[in-house]
Amino acid sequence: MEQGFNYVYVLSGVAMMALVTYIPRMIPLTFMRRKITNRFVKSFLYYTPYAVLTAMTLPAILYSTSGMASAVVGLIVAVILAYRNHSLLTVALGAVGAVFIAERLLILL
Amino acid sequence: MVSNIKDEFSNGLRDGIPICLGYVSVAFTFGLMCTENGLPFWIAVLISLTNLTSAGQFAGTALIIAGGGLLEIGITTFVINLRYMLMSLSISQKVDANLSVPKRMAMSFGVTDEIFGVSMQKKGNITFAYFMGLMILPILGWSGGTLVGAVAVSLLPDMVRSALGIAIYGMFLAIIIPPARTERAIAWVIAIAGLISCVLYYVPLFNSISGGWMIIICAVVTSSIAAILWPVPDEEEASA
Repeated sequence: MEQGFNYVYVLSGVAMMALVTYIPRMIPLTFMRRKITNRFVKSFLYYTPYAVLTAMTLPAILYSTSGMASAVVGLIVAVILAYRNHSLLTVALGAVGAVFIAERLLILL
Repeated sequence: MVSNIKDEFSNGLRDGIPICLGYVSVAFTFGLMCTENGLPFWIAVLISLTNLTSAGQFAGTALIIAGGGLLEIGITTFVINLRYMLMSLSISQKVDANLSVPKRMAMSFGVTDEIFGVSMQKKGNITFAYFMGLMILPILGWSGGTLVGAVAVSLLPDMVRSALGIAIYGMFLAIIIPPARTERAIAWVIAIAGLISCVLYYVPLFNSISGGWMIIICAVVTSSIAAILWPVPDEEEASA
């Protein structure tokens, strides 16, 4: 997202996101009166968010900071905090803090 | 009857307060991410206001920032949001059968993981007034938090901003890891999805596949495997 900012593209993307977010919320509540009985479909939908979030995190998290060493430190801290059931914000800021400290220490080495 | 509607509405408002507080902090980080990646603050707020979702809008926004194709953005966001169909369906079982289509469509906008969870705890039918009350504060918290986060980033020094790149992934980990502790199937889903994602990313053969499609392939393959190996117990969704 550099200097030549394309508003048509960005706003189309936002509109697309809004549409495909609203549709799955709207259709069942508005039109369907029966429960999904197919066990495969129910199970598939149950696991999908976890698969998607994992795919988005790995390996992308390793390239999210100025160097892989600090990213690994951030990843480890985030996993530990998440494992201890800390809130989303605590885990996110904990990872940020760990990366910040790691980057300062790496300069000293 | 009128006072009944008022009661339902204020009960909804009250139940929405904790959701709102939770949303403010997450939305704040979302606003930070957007500005950090060069999006104007009003686009960040527009995304939060029109999407009202976490994972889906994070993923979609990440793809917009990366310059992904519209179809890619649409399919990725849609796949992540497929779970709302289950929630929307569950809510449809708990509303008055005579509830009008426009009211149902208005309620649909507020179906998020948290609003769904709270509304399903309500005894008896979910009324339109209750659900509207429940939606309002979370919507304000989500949009307002985004605004504050988006504006705040310009006040931060560079070395703090470089560390913020990891925040979004920290949030994702905070969503997926706690349930993996108690449900072995989810732990396996994370392991399988992580493996497939890394293979698609690092094996040169798959270089031509873009990020959005990698996520879709990964989600469909992993969820299918998990649905076959660990089908969810019947009626679990209704009581969850």
